[in-house]
Amino acid sequence: MPANDPHTHDHEHGSELSEMQLRVRALESILTDKGYVDPAALDQIVENVETKIGPHIGARVIARAWADPEFKRRLLADATAAVNSVAEFDPVGAHLIAVENTPQTHNVVVCTLCSCYPWPVLGLPPVWYKSAPYRSRTVIDPKGVLADFGVTLPSGTDIRIWDSTAETRFLVVPMRPVGTEGWSEEQLASLVTRDSMVGTGLPKSPKESQVEGAR
Amino acid sequence: MTNSVHDMGGMHGFGSVEPEANEPVFHADWEKRVYALQRGMGATGLWTIDGGRASIENLPPLAYLDASYYKRWFLGLERRVVAHGLVGDDEIAAGHALRPGIRLNRKMSLEDAKKRSFAHFDRPAPGAARFKAGDQVRTKNIHPPTHTRLPRYARGKLGTVEAVRGCHVFPDSAALGAGDNPQWLYTVVFAARELWGEEADPSIKVSIEAFEPYLSPA
Repeated sequence: MPANDPHTHDHEHGSELSEMQLRVRALESILTDKGYVDPAALDQIVENVETKIGPHIGARVIARAWADPEFKRRLLADATAAVNSVAEFDPVGAHLIAVENTPQTHNVVVCTLCSCYPWPVLGLPPVWYKSAPYRSRTVIDPKGVLADFGVTLPSGTDIRIWDSTAETRFLVVPMRPVGTEGWSEEQLASLVTRDSMVGTGLPKSPKESQVEGAR
Repeated sequence: MTNSVHDMGGMHGFGSVEPEANEPVFHADWEKRVYALQRGMGATGLWTIDGGRASIENLPPLAYLDASYYKRWFLGLERRVVAHGLVGDDEIAAGHALRPGIRLNRKMSLEDAKKRSFAHFDRPAPGAARFKAGDQVRTKNIHPPTHTRLPRYARGKLGTVEAVRGCHVFPDSAALGAGDNPQWLYTVVFAARELWGEEADPSIKVSIEAFEPYLSPA
């Protein structure tokens, strides 16, 4: 990390870590003692985000869209309704919008004002999504940001940035990798990375997936 | 406040994006507690999501930039519970409660926490939408001293309405505790050249989600 980056996590360790541990513990005890929060409910909230929600949810939705053109059509028309119509999918909140990558256009999602992110399908956002470099540069230098992720798009691809400035939330539908004809939804889901659903990555190719599986 | 450092779109100097391999959901135990406290206290209904955002945006700029994401949440929450009279400054200083709490109408129970519930921000429309997909619009050049969701880089710019997203709670009002004041919401798309000048890459477009009061016909 550059020395001038205030969002490095390095300063979280050491002195800030113990300072924050103490301050958070104090506030939690104040709010608990005053009867405003139930510690068991707080533990449950943490458990939900640590064990229940995550990008595996979005990956199943994308795999279904790749495998089922009718589902994909409904997903692009109204993502909340489409996802919530499938009983085996985890429910998502209102105002989810799916945006489709095509050979012509690549989509990238950002929140320049805070860190809005489609939690119900992707889980909590990674640190880089909440960082000043990502929030500042994506709207003015998206190709530079993609290069930071090692992503180079074929020349002639247009880039579309979605700044999440309201309660609408965006899920990128990446292009289905070639060489996956006849794959099951489960196999397809294994190719869908978190970053590919934000637009800062591409899905794994069958070959990449195979190499990883062999490790 | 509006023109503060949280409005980062287009700023230079923050360096490169550094993805972390195999990133954990949280990096420290205190982050988990801050996350849970934020959700738990949010459930009291005493402030809106935009009121929460505003308390973070109102941090002094240097404090905002110096803090990690969850530290900002913590600082905002600490300010909010004091501002709403739930906790005294003396209690924050003491590090423990000095008085019983005030009575709340709502408190999150374990059962509530187990349920997956989602907030809805769409509201019945008070009138017809002023714009439709395909309309040319110009964003207003406004600088309200209070919370707004119109980023600086997209003010006074010519764009095209791409979609009408329904009528939603208006953050600029909700943040002030002034009610939902529902407004039509649009996806408005701009050419990068409109936002960043003639040198910008013509293959790039940027959209924002813009509430009707942010827009004028063009």
